Amino acid sequence: MSDTLLDIRNLRIALNGENDKQVVKGLNLSIEPGQTMCLVGESGSGKSLSALATMGLLPPVLTPLSGSSIKLKGEELLTASPNRLRELRATSMSMIFQEPMTALNPVARVGQQIEEVLEFHSDLSASDRRKRVIEMMEQVHLPDVDKMYRSFPHQLSGGQRQRIMIAMALVMRPQLLIADEPTTALDVTTQAQILSLIRELREEQGAAVLFITHDMGVVSEIADDVTVLKLGEVMESQPVETLLRRPQTDYTRDLLQSVPSQVPRMARDGVSTDVVLATDDLCKTYGGGGLFSKSREVKAARDVSIKLMKGRTLGIVGESGSGKSTVARCIMRLIDPTSGAIMVGGKDIATMSQKELKPQRKNIQIVFQDPMRSLNPRIEVGQSIIEGPLNFGVPRSQAMDRARELLELVGLPASAVDRFPHQFSGGQRQRIAIARALAMDPDVLVADEAVSALDVSVQAQVLDLLAELQERLGLGILFITHDLGVAAQICDEVLVMQHGRVVEYGPAGQVLGAPQQDYTKALISAAPGRHWDFANFRPFAEAP
Amino acid sequence: MYGYILQRVLAAIPVMGFVALFVFLLLRLTPGDPAAILAGDTATPEQLAAIRDSLGLNDPLLVQFFSWITDLLRGDFGTSILSGKPVIELIADRMEPTISLALTTIILSVIIAVPLGVIAAWKQGTLIDRFVMLLSVLGFSVPVFVIGYLMISLFSMQLGWFPVQGFRPIGEGLGDFFHRIALPTFTLTLLYIALIARITRTSMLEILGDDYVRTARAKGLPESRVLMRHALRNCSVPIITVIGIGFALIISGVVVTESVFNLPGLGRLTVDAVLSRDYPVIQAVILLASLIYVVINLLIDIAYVLLDPRIRYS
Repeated sequence: MSDTLLDIRNLRIALNGENDKQVVKGLNLSIEPGQTMCLVGESGSGKSLSALATMGLLPPVLTPLSGSSIKLKGEELLTASPNRLRELRATSMSMIFQEPMTALNPVARVGQQIEEVLEFHSDLSASDRRKRVIEMMEQVHLPDVDKMYRSFPHQLSGGQRQRIMIAMALVMRPQLLIADEPTTALDVTTQAQILSLIRELREEQGAAVLFITHDMGVVSEIADDVTVLKLGEVMESQPVETLLRRPQTDYTRDLLQSVPSQVPRMARDGVSTDVVLATDDLCKTYGGGGLFSKSREVKAARDVSIKLMKGRTLGIVGESGSGKSTVARCIMRLIDPTSGAIMVGGKDIATMSQKELKPQRKNIQIVFQDPMRSLNPRIEVGQSIIEGPLNFGVPRSQAMDRARELLELVGLPASAVDRFPHQFSGGQRQRIAIARALAMDPDVLVADEAVSALDVSVQAQVLDLLAELQERLGLGILFITHDLGVAAQICDEVLVMQHGRVVEYGPAGQVLGAPQQDYTKALISAAPGRHWDFANFRPFAEAP
Repeated sequence: MYGYILQRVLAAIPVMGFVALFVFLLLRLTPGDPAAILAGDTATPEQLAAIRDSLGLNDPLLVQFFSWITDLLRGDFGTSILSGKPVIELIADRMEPTISLALTTIILSVIIAVPLGVIAAWKQGTLIDRFVMLLSVLGFSVPVFVIGYLMISLFSMQLGWFPVQGFRPIGEGLGDFFHRIALPTFTLTLLYIALIARITRTSMLEILGDDYVRTARAKGLPESRVLMRHALRNCSVPIITVIGIGFALIISGVVVTESVFNLPGLGRLTVDAVLSRDYPVIQAVILLASLIYVVINLLIDIAYVLLDPRIRYS
């Protein structure tokens, strides 16, 4: 095929160039002009490394092995000189990254950061360059471009920054755009906008897109073709429709079946009347003080009233800045609420002193988002688990026995007590974090985005674990998430927050199935892949 | 911005007040009688008492402190007990060598150290990097007076390129000024090159792993641009901090260098004043050093705001 734009043949990337340390094992992939190829895989699949290899941006310790080939319009990239690669970047191939928060230089104005590309890759005069940048910023639908040209990255929202990145990548009209998880760090509504922008620009500029993602919902929205990677190996490569309907490998099938469904779980009967956690008009306000001038007040949470029964799961969903984590932290008393009541174990803990609070803490425990950072890396897992019980006077040997039991309860071997966190995978660490929380025998478990950092297959396992533990121990779970699919799967009741306010609160079936508020409806309709019933390999429209 | 500067200037006033109180008490509570030193070995008790009286040393501490503070506020730093000259004059005389040495040292250090640090970080793990690290270990570990005497022995005594000692004010000819200040500058520079190159390297290493540096490379920018505009600019805050503190350290800590090269600067003035319990001079010198620290810290803070748009103090 002569019109193939990007042709990757037998790409093998290895640590220090050593044959037995391959992280990408023989990737074959080709993209035609105007095509969108999705590279899908979980963490460690080598999808980002393949993209970086194409751009010539691999970290020095990773090198492609001989016999690998990446051709852009017939030109071999792996043997190209650094200067040639520099010429090709931005003009023939561009890349946008996952984290728009960190991908822009924080001390340079965003307009100038785009203009810089033209400065090095075109002969345009300064005024023409500026005109082209403004034009490009308009093309990615940024508002008030003249003002925005002079803004610094921190003054923009995540979605706006990603638009700047896209403008920067496409200002020279390259034929290939590599997008590495470009919407993963964004809220769903912003994600939907960015996806449609990428589709629109692909059509306008006739560019091909290599789109890297772990999210099958996104795949169903944007891909023409899909290549599935697992631990550096290609599982299968198919047109998107074929892949979603008739996956060829077990791995792809599992991957699709792990995608949380948007359909709310069946309501459970036998509702307990035993309230384990309740808040009454909980408010948290930041700022307002200041010695010289009154700083701006931010109402991070206003009048949040919830009620959680024994053995039930209450989900708080919302986008970033909605105040959902603020509520969780107030309930944990990690931060002090400004007003309102928090009832745990029949007592109001909202205004208790730290000393009064201490005996109450065992009733309510939290699991955080990032298991890579929430366990102390320098002490053994067992020590982390027994720290809490020891504080409450449980003898060490008894606490350690309990830790072993708990590790088995969360599906890990009892011998794990003697190992360090880095010896476990992300999913296993999250199990450890759950075991640590359970060591206190709490009535309430707060899970703050507890599965968001995990791959979908692991995420499904951890959700199953939580459901099972709830069944056995009668835990009340307060589940904070931005992912409506996850909420639909696990929650009995759902509370939707926006800008610190409660938008909608009720049974999951009602809130997610038949939302009353416009904001909830908007959130649901922005979720990627909502038309696909991944677990049954068909669109919902075709459901019998 | 201006509000912020004003706020910082106002906040410096109580700091200076506490320093003044501390200095005053420290000297009054340490043993040693200035009157005895002033009067000499043969003085009678009556003479001593008269001298104490004339210096105000018999007044209660509080009275002494307030009369000293009010004098200070009027710009009167008192007279040196030893030489009888106004303290302010003594200090003014000694300022130029010290400030000159501090400036030449810092400027030369920055010119050499920042590029060294950048290159070492860029070429991490290579020979260049190891050389820079070796240089910085040397700079830290060899005492200033050793370097000073080595320099004198090599460049002045054997090669005869530079004079052994002394200072020539800048007003008496630029060439002469540089000729005389060169050796002390080189001597002090080594330590500051070590310090600044190291902090530059460390900060650069951290920044070079950042996402926006990868973005800059993905844009197809030349490495020089990536390093200078995208990386170095972002680590300017720690570098500026070290340069500022380094400058303040030189001014308040050039005692050894000034002694080795016989420069009539503030360091020597301080040593002489301490040895003879010349209270007014010691107090003034310590206050001056504190003032320099406060001012430099203020300048550093203002530089932060200018260099990093994310830092905006209200």
